[in-house]
Amino acid sequence: MFIWQLFWAFLKIGFLSFGGGYAVLSMIQYETHSNGWMSDAEFRETVSLSGMSPGSIATNSATLIGYHAAGLPGAIAATSGIILPSLIVVILIAAFFFKIHTNFWVKSSFYGLRPIITGLILYAAIHFAFPSRNGSILDWTTLGTLLIGAATFIAVVKYKVHPLAIILLSACAGIVIF
Amino acid sequence: MKLRIRHSKMIQQGLARLSLLWGLFWVFFKIGPSTFGGGYAMMTVIEHEIAGKRKWMEEHEVHDMMSIAGSAPGGVGVNASAFIGYRLAKIPGAVAAVLGITLPTFLILYALSFFYTQLQHVPKVQAAFKGINGAVIGLIAVAAYKMGKNALFDRTTLVIGAASLGLLLLTGWNPIFLIMAGLVLGIAVVRVKKWFGLQVVTEKEHQEGQNSTGNTGVIEYYI
Repeated sequence: MFIWQLFWAFLKIGFLSFGGGYAVLSMIQYETHSNGWMSDAEFRETVSLSGMSPGSIATNSATLIGYHAAGLPGAIAATSGIILPSLIVVILIAAFFFKIHTNFWVKSSFYGLRPIITGLILYAAIHFAFPSRNGSILDWTTLGTLLIGAATFIAVVKYKVHPLAIILLSACAGIVIF
Repeated sequence: MKLRIRHSKMIQQGLARLSLLWGLFWVFFKIGPSTFGGGYAMMTVIEHEIAGKRKWMEEHEVHDMMSIAGSAPGGVGVNASAFIGYRLAKIPGAVAAVLGITLPTFLILYALSFFYTQLQHVPKVQAAFKGINGAVIGLIAVAAYKMGKNALFDRTTLVIGAASLGLLLLTGWNPIFLIMAGLVLGIAVVRVKKWFGLQVVTEKEHQEGQNSTGNTGVIEYYI
């Protein structure tokens, strides 16, 4: 069943969403693409909406994709799918191995995991910055988008501007530029 | 008589439990939407509410919990809420807390996507969205940069990072396999290095007080 499919896909992602948020975008994009839940352009819009809303960008995207694919039941299925693993894993940790972060196995698996998560996030950034479009790669939209992206990067890393202010400013910049 | 006293005690306990569950739900219901940007922005608010205002947990316990919330799969906010809920009221507590932190965002998103479908075709809205799309790309890049600063600290991690990006760009493999491979790879590499008698450092060493979140030991990869 369709709803079940949504739940299952996000459940899988939820169990492996180490690093939360942005790292999971690549996984969500893969599932969305291969299941044909929405087009790439719609997915980019979804992530923008998720970024605008409070809370985790991964959970937000799950909600929106579920809603887009199957209405309210879909939204509930996808959201509970991505959240349930947190609940299960955290309860297990809290009940049985509280000091997990000092554990040798955990430490050494994270040694291999962290660089891969970095790769996943970078991949998500590249994927969003250079959407596969017919025609020239460097058109006005791509250029403007990259400019805003670069400005955002500098504003957050160097001047520690709050993400909410950046989203609002970028919306204004969008209206002016495009 | 005795039975009646026991009965009223049970009712009292039940009520106390219900009010704790409701308190958990309500605290996280308020925290959910107030913390735009998710993750570590949320952490200070959670600490303030749980350890400061309500004295539900000790401060050091909250710090410990946050490092775990950062390493378990899932968003750090949801993980932290599940953890606190479980510590205070076992599984019902965890469920109440997670529902509390999820529900407001769910409702906000629901409303937002409703308005978006209504206004989608207005040119000004489209333009604003293109701008926001750019900002989101920037925010993702910031996340990669922060993660990379912590993750790529020696030659092995640099190679693993570059290889995973290359694989994703060239093959379009399911990223889930990469994550699973990463879990195994880390353990294997550490084992092999130890076998050859090499010194193994599994984490970038933090200098005290350098961490901008103020909690040493918390990995800053979730913004």
